[in-house]
Amino acid sequence: MPEQLAFTIEVFLNGLMAGVLYALVALGFVLIYKASGIFNFAQGVMALFAAMTLYGIMNGQVPFAHLINAIFGTDIHYFGWNIPAFAAILLTIGVMVLLAWMVQRFIFRYLVGQEPIILFMATIGLAYFLEGVGDLMWGSDIKTLDVGLPQGINIAIDETTYGWFGYGFFIDNLDIVASVVAIILVAALVMFAQYTKQGRAMRAVADDHQAALSVGVSLNFIWILVWSLAGFVALVAGIMWGAKSGVQFSLSLIALKALPVLMLGGFTSIPGAIIGGLIIGVGEKLFEFLIGAPYLGGATENWFAYMLALLFLVFRPQGLFGEKIIERV
Amino acid sequence: MLDQTEGYTTEDGRKIGGVVMEMKNITLRFGGVEAIKDISFDIREGEIRAIIGPNGAGKSSMLNVISGFYVPQEGQVFYKGSPRPQMKPYQVAQQGIARTFQNIALFEGMSVLDNVMTGRLTKMKTGLWAQSLWFGKAEQEETENREFAEKIIDFLEIQAIRKTPVARLPYGLKKRVELARALAAEPSLLLLDEPMAGMNVEEKEDMSRFILDVNDEFGTTIALIEHDMGVVMDLSDRVVVMDYGKKIGDGTPDEVRNNQDVIDAYLGVSHD
Repeated sequence: MPEQLAFTIEVFLNGLMAGVLYALVALGFVLIYKASGIFNFAQGVMALFAAMTLYGIMNGQVPFAHLINAIFGTDIHYFGWNIPAFAAILLTIGVMVLLAWMVQRFIFRYLVGQEPIILFMATIGLAYFLEGVGDLMWGSDIKTLDVGLPQGINIAIDETTYGWFGYGFFIDNLDIVASVVAIILVAALVMFAQYTKQGRAMRAVADDHQAALSVGVSLNFIWILVWSLAGFVALVAGIMWGAKSGVQFSLSLIALKALPVLMLGGFTSIPGAIIGGLIIGVGEKLFEFLIGAPYLGGATENWFAYMLALLFLVFRPQGLFGEKIIERV
Repeated sequence: MLDQTEGYTTEDGRKIGGVVMEMKNITLRFGGVEAIKDISFDIREGEIRAIIGPNGAGKSSMLNVISGFYVPQEGQVFYKGSPRPQMKPYQVAQQGIARTFQNIALFEGMSVLDNVMTGRLTKMKTGLWAQSLWFGKAEQEETENREFAEKIIDFLEIQAIRKTPVARLPYGLKKRVELARALAAEPSLLLLDEPMAGMNVEEKEDMSRFILDVNDEFGTTIALIEHDMGVVMDLSDRVVVMDYGKKIGDGTPDEVRNNQDVIDAYLGVSHD
């Protein structure tokens, strides 16, 4: 059955591509969780907010236009210019860094040493706040983000695979770009953490706060740094998802898919987040194709990841790569 | 304030310089409990200064005041001749005060070399951008600091475990790695919180030798806390004795040994 095999390989590849995006979102969680023990529920909304901001800046939208118009009785919506994607991305990074600073300055600075559940609740509050501010700033309509990434079927792959199997694979160019970008991003992050002074300080803070203080590392600076990095990762994820399915509220819900990814990969492991993302991506696509659609009536993609996470929670609660939970008596 | 130039010569002939750090009338309270009551003493350049006392005397609290982890309610800390404003612990570290912890605070997930390199963080000056893009002085700086870290590793004889993750090391070696990390910062003042706690006799002897060698080789000023009287008396030039948060003695080991208050505190005295 070469056709069946070819289908399976195609599904597998598409799963890998979807997994890359899950991994990107999960990566943002891991960065913050490792350095500060905060499980950032707002990571998905940060991706949404970043994508909205990028769209707004590119198209010369006036921030808070509705608010301004309502108060002053004006009718302005656009500055009337377009900013090239590259410059707009840089500006958006600036906005995300500013956001990181504000989050640290106005929220978590006052919550140092609090229970994890309190920190978690604060991030839920942050998620709703950020969602509201995003809508207020840029409007809540669905936007199509186009930063000039190639889209549509990759002809070369289609033709090559047709030559091999008599069946052409449908692989979206955007997915290929997303994968390449994600690989570069992860490599850059790992190099940053391993080989730079700030990366070393970041790892130090992730390991032991007290010891980090004693070697002269400012926890505050490192926390702003990791929130900025998480904001940057959120922006990349936001661009990819935004290009794929539009900038809209559902973007923030992909964060929920990151939860099973983290349970698989472990909350404290960057490679874990990536492998976990790939397993979930491939797993849910293959399961749907091989078992879900033929035998279970389909739509298994919605729950497969959570089922898998549940199994992991029972048999390997620290995840594939997470730090081992050892209790000494 | 004591004269900066004034010094003294130790029994073994080492020249001790001026005052590096002076604690003046320090009082530290936790709620209603006074952990430190109006204590003053100084630490001079090049000396090994010990703070001793029975359990709960307030020794660790005193070390935490010096390193900025605790902020005293009263009193003033003078560092290198000028009063030190209230600071965060990381700022104190940046000023050249390195420390170790009683319960060892190492970066367990990192290798020994990485741990020692974190000690060099205060010495690395290139900014975030230069570091991220690895241009300018970043590479040269990394090499220089790496060389220094290797020197410290050689000095403390931990070459064999350079690449080992710290979590796998036995207790005694962890203590030594922590000392290496503190030394890597080239501190003006090195604070050791019970460097020999929980060690066997052999390890204690090793650690004593390293402390003396560090002081001798790098001229590092060391303040240490210890409750093993024997070790302290052999090591230190001058000793502060604390009991129930108060200072009950201050002087050379011989002076302290013959101080009646100190003898009472350690051996107990009948109150009749």
